[in-house]
Amino acid sequence: MSVELVEVSKVVGSETHIRSVSMKLEPGSLNILLGPTLSGKTSLMRLMAGLDEPTSGRVLANGQDVTAVPVRKRNVAMVYQQFINYPTLSVFENIASPLRVAGRPKAEIESKVKQAAELLKITAMLDRTPLELSGGQQQRTALARALVKGAELVLLDEPLANLDYKLREELREELPRVFSESGTVLVYATTEPTEALLLGGNTATLHEGTVTQFGPTLDVYRRPHDLLTAQVFSDPPMNLMQVRLEGGRLQLTDGQEMPVAGLLQGLPDGRYTLGMRPNHLALERPTESAVEVTAEVTVTEITGSESFVHVDFAGERWVVLAHGVRDLSAGDRVPVYIDPERLFIFDAEQRLKAAPGLQAAA
Amino acid sequence: MKGRWLIPTIYIILLMIPIYWLVNMSFKTNQEILSVLSPIPLNPTLDNYLVIFTDASWYSGYINSTIYVVMNMIISVSVALPAAYAFSRYRFLGDKHLFFWLLTNRMAPPAVFALPFFQLYSSVGLFDTHIAVALAHCLFNVPLAVWILEGFMSGVPKEIDETAYIDGYSFPKFFVKIFMPQIASGIGVAAFFCFMFSWVELLLARTLTSVNAKPIAATMTRTVSASGLDWGVLAAAGVLTIIPGALVIYFVRNYIAKGFALGRV
Repeated sequence: MSVELVEVSKVVGSETHIRSVSMKLEPGSLNILLGPTLSGKTSLMRLMAGLDEPTSGRVLANGQDVTAVPVRKRNVAMVYQQFINYPTLSVFENIASPLRVAGRPKAEIESKVKQAAELLKITAMLDRTPLELSGGQQQRTALARALVKGAELVLLDEPLANLDYKLREELREELPRVFSESGTVLVYATTEPTEALLLGGNTATLHEGTVTQFGPTLDVYRRPHDLLTAQVFSDPPMNLMQVRLEGGRLQLTDGQEMPVAGLLQGLPDGRYTLGMRPNHLALERPTESAVEVTAEVTVTEITGSESFVHVDFAGERWVVLAHGVRDLSAGDRVPVYIDPERLFIFDAEQRLKAAPGLQAAA
Repeated sequence: MKGRWLIPTIYIILLMIPIYWLVNMSFKTNQEILSVLSPIPLNPTLDNYLVIFTDASWYSGYINSTIYVVMNMIISVSVALPAAYAFSRYRFLGDKHLFFWLLTNRMAPPAVFALPFFQLYSSVGLFDTHIAVALAHCLFNVPLAVWILEGFMSGVPKEIDETAYIDGYSFPKFFVKIFMPQIASGIGVAAFFCFMFSWVELLLARTLTSVNAKPIAATMTRTVSASGLDWGVLAAAGVLTIIPGALVIYFVRNYIAKGFALGRV
């Protein structure tokens, strides 16, 4: 099934939850909705599922207008971030529920539930009730229920957010494989850019109810159309610097000048915002052409093999990803190197002008 | 700490004295009750109970009370279920005011309604019927049941409803098969509170009945005969009135506290 949203908006009271979103989800595709909390991921999913009706705009399924079709008439499945199961039914009955309602024969229900339970490794729990299970098993039950339905549109709303990281890694790998039935459109909401990158597929970045960009995940990551998309699709947040290009001279916030080299070449005069991913900044000179600025350390987070060094550069908060354990304390002044080949350059309207591997058109 | 049990024990003993005395009296003869002060019956007798179980004017009181109490429980809970669901799940104009207004119904004393009910029921021919009392008690029990059930329902995540719709359940099927089992304890507690009110309420029940639907509480107030009060039988009737309440409490004992908090725990 293909799902298409045409200029869909959702207004609740005086608040706009979704602002004129248009996107087309292809049959058999994995689509990721990426955005911080309250950016409208859940609202958008509810509109796709038919749980809510859009204030304006249309929802098409296989080209047919289904905007006003209630959810129980649509062939969709949804899994929530909270573990939602029917607490009074056994795990088996929980998984079987959509099949029972559809009035399928007993033998078919039996075999489908067994198969789904096997796939999600909850076969041993089928006789228990959901509340006797661990969080991970409860979520597997919910996933199994979505799976047996064989829905054409499967919506997973941050399904792994409430699980511990071991389970998340395990399930994250399994999920796309488990749902990769022919033609199923899978929509997966997450707040984490890393998760989007690990899952691949297509990504739509959301910001305050608008889809800022929708396309293949790596494309969106490498070539964010605008600053908002780049900020949404970056964790830790993208480091920003306001600069001014005038007569072949580039002035930084702290008054320092930077040679117009690398990606900066070929840009017309004006104000720009430079965006640098934390791994694009360095504490040691990476290349000859790198520009050195001095910044003050505020916090150092050590993960083990890497350290996130938070620094303050002329009022801007930056994060530098450095290899190894860095024992820096707050107030230390350190050199930070900016590679002119590894920049995202946005113009005054916040549109992308140049990115690593994408030179500005002269 | 030693002696921690002392104060609660004294408290419970004080609480139990009237009940003990009632039970004690019910096994005595009238003559003994009026003549000596004995902590245990000198000549234990079951005659008082025998009177109640054999005399139709006595046992029909229990039957009448039970009929209208059960009717009231069923009506109150089945009316309150959809109402509570609406208050718990939907936002509509004035919903909060309406919800509060419901509870204010309970703030008026039943006596206020005795006369209008009597007049109304007499004119539509409902006087001295079980349904008359059951309906009159609904005025007080439906709001309470709505409040209790709303609390229990709001404890069930809205996503469960949606998951059921996504699975394909129709609303009635979802409500009966998925939703009601989840608030079963709430339904039990709501029914219990309806029972409690309806079972002990005397004024409306007595005003709205004369013979055919006369409740036990009214029967008990009319035992004065030429020879004075029949103390022993009255005590036995009192004991039998306590038993159903005790039984019902036993079944919902684990949820009572939540019920007193109107389901909001």
